Amino acid sequence: MFVLVVGGGKVGYYLTKELIESGHEVALMEKDRGRADQIADEIGSVVIPHDGCEGKYLHEAGANRADIVAAVTGDDEDNLVICQMAKHHFDVPRTIARVNNPKNERLFRHLGVDEIISPTRMILGSIEQDIPVHELLHLAALGVGELEIIEAHLQPGSPAIGRVALDLAVPKGCSLFGVIREGVPTPLRADTVLAEGDKVIAIGRPDSEVQLREQLIGSTDAE
Amino acid sequence: MKAVIVGCGRVGAGLADELDRAGWQVLIIDLQSAAFDRLPAGFGGTALRGDGTDEDVLRRAGAEDADLFLALTEGDNRNIMAAQLGVEALGAQKTVAKVNDPVRAEAYALLGIATLCRTNLMTTSVLRLAGQAVPSRPGVYLPEHPHTHAPGEAVADTAVEA
Repeated sequence: MFVLVVGGGKVGYYLTKELIESGHEVALMEKDRGRADQIADEIGSVVIPHDGCEGKYLHEAGANRADIVAAVTGDDEDNLVICQMAKHHFDVPRTIARVNNPKNERLFRHLGVDEIISPTRMILGSIEQDIPVHELLHLAALGVGELEIIEAHLQPGSPAIGRVALDLAVPKGCSLFGVIREGVPTPLRADTVLAEGDKVIAIGRPDSEVQLREQLIGSTDAE
Repeated sequence: MKAVIVGCGRVGAGLADELDRAGWQVLIIDLQSAAFDRLPAGFGGTALRGDGTDEDVLRRAGAEDADLFLALTEGDNRNIMAAQLGVEALGAQKTVAKVNDPVRAEAYALLGIATLCRTNLMTTSVLRLAGQAVPSRPGVYLPEHPHTHAPGEAVADTAVEA
């Protein structure tokens, strides 16, 4: 398998090394002469010190016989052009582009890039997974004693949905005192029925949290 | 008629001014606000600082459904990307990208983007001036088939004599 890597930054450098180790034929194009020399000193003659966006140099690098072209420079527009040139001008069967602006994924796919890798999207996905939607949120600690203001966001499956708030068996030392519904804070009344999406605000001691969670969040397998 | 111009260099600014005077609705975008100093004092269009290869920026600026979308920055690839955004995502009727690398200029014309190649334009002009034989490298590559919309004849008219 002959892989042409364009862009000798960290990604291109490690990618090239890994590919060589797995026994593939690799060429790495890096337009910055100094950087190209530096990599060539270490991994040898696979480095081509030219701009992979230029048709002339792509040709010299053997793009017309590449099985895969991986465009991993730091610039989205360069990666797009490298992949399009590879695909349409050199008939490369498989093109891979690194994309920084996740919004460019759709355009790149639409324009025929076979595979699109977005580090931004991956990290974003990972962060969003870590946001505890099934958890109680500690809004603030109260100065006196060890009381906290806690928020519970009622997700589908919460046992509190459809129940009268004041009927819930809240633990001792804990008090529900309001609900935020569609952005509007309202005090709990005798007839307030909780609904999905409500944010219930409570004040309580940390040791009442387990029971509060059972009542408002339900038993979750989040952990 | 509506024109979107990405890149406020001499050519971009000059075209923005001409189209504005001709009664077009003109939006010109550049990464540097200093570039807008090239526009004349009486310029009646909109000049916006921003990245012309960012779809969000272009949409917020109201770059949709332009009759003419010109990508004239100093970067071939930026122009190629902006032009394709213009035609594929923003519904531009006619799109022209400045692409100074002759190989890319030809390749993208085959993909359906009209390209303007300064390298070929200048080589041809100088050879002609020197009384030398002019190689058949066009300064403007017209697409042979549409990207999505039909490319414009107006481009061809101005191109022939360039």
